[in-house]
Amino acid sequence: MHTDLGKTRLLFWTFFKIGAFTFGGGYAMIPLIQREVTERRRWLTEQDILDIVAIAESTPGPIAINSATFVGYQVCGTFGAFCATVGVVLPSFAVIYAISFVLRQFSELAVVQYAFNGIRAGVLALLLKALLSMYRQSPKGAVAYAVMAGAFVLTAFCGVDAVLVILISAAAGLVSTYAAKRRAV
Amino acid sequence: MLYLELFATFFKIGLFTIGGGYAMLPLIQADVQAKGWMTAEELVNFIAVSESTPGPFAVNVSTYIGAELAGLPGAFCATAGVVLPSFLIILLVARFYAAFRSSAVVSGAMEGLRPAVIGMIGAAVVSVGQTVFLPEGLAAVTAYPLACSLAIFALMAFLTHKKLHPIAIILLSALLGIATGYLQQV
Repeated sequence: MHTDLGKTRLLFWTFFKIGAFTFGGGYAMIPLIQREVTERRRWLTEQDILDIVAIAESTPGPIAINSATFVGYQVCGTFGAFCATVGVVLPSFAVIYAISFVLRQFSELAVVQYAFNGIRAGVLALLLKALLSMYRQSPKGAVAYAVMAGAFVLTAFCGVDAVLVILISAAAGLVSTYAAKRRAV
Repeated sequence: MLYLELFATFFKIGLFTIGGGYAMLPLIQADVQAKGWMTAEELVNFIAVSESTPGPFAVNVSTYIGAELAGLPGAFCATAGVVLPSFLIILLVARFYAAFRSSAVVSGAMEGLRPAVIGMIGAAVVSVGQTVFLPEGLAAVTAYPLACSLAIFALMAFLTHKKLHPIAIILLSALLGIATGYLQQV
């Protein structure tokens, strides 16, 4: 029990550090998790890290939370998962909470408004880049393109609820893989 | 009750964000903007704040909106809401890991979800584009701000392509925004 307590404390601090030093979140966190969890602490193997990325991508929620919960659970059960998740969330929570007081006050200033006029154009470039790299890694093929186009049109022009688009697309994926399997038999 | 509404809204956003990060944008645009918790412009501004502060976008945005609307308890409710679905689902998946990995249902659903998320982020990018280039709509467009935004966007698209760090992109576009803003006054 004593060693478990030590381990959960270590889990908390390790993920606190990971949360505090990753900017941009998500994938930027994976190399840090790898270094801390496999090389430094030897809690998990390299293969485990690949599994974690695969699982984090195919379950709901942010990659950072998914990975922290998964690693925490593997190392120390449910309580370990809890400690790792709280650890990874806490730095952003604290920083953003502190910033929230200043942000609105500063946003009244002309110079800040000018800065954000420029920043919004820069953010658009960053988003476009993220979209393109996701597109490059995505599965190709007729069904994938049809779903992609369908989800785009439904969200952008038809105002269909995002949750409904998600559910329809999951169903489309299921139907098409099922149909492909039947054809193969 | 606002606390409960914050928790429930962000719980739903956390539950239906597949693949993390900006996959959350269409859901935030639909729920948070529709509720009037944040304007389209504030959301794009906040993406920049989130890129320049530690931690995942999901936690940053939920903490911020919660804090703005209802202080520390609000920030806590919104953040707990966005984190809880992942936490519970991963606990379940970790326990039945082997079954999850070989599940035909999971891999089949992912065949549809992966491209759908890209289409949905594409739609979010279009709406961010509108906020950037046509903030007052097509009818009220003025030449100088539009030209500045287009020029800054083109330069930053080129520099991101050249792998300049996101924080450097944000700083540089802030400086250009300030410069073009004061030039207009002269």
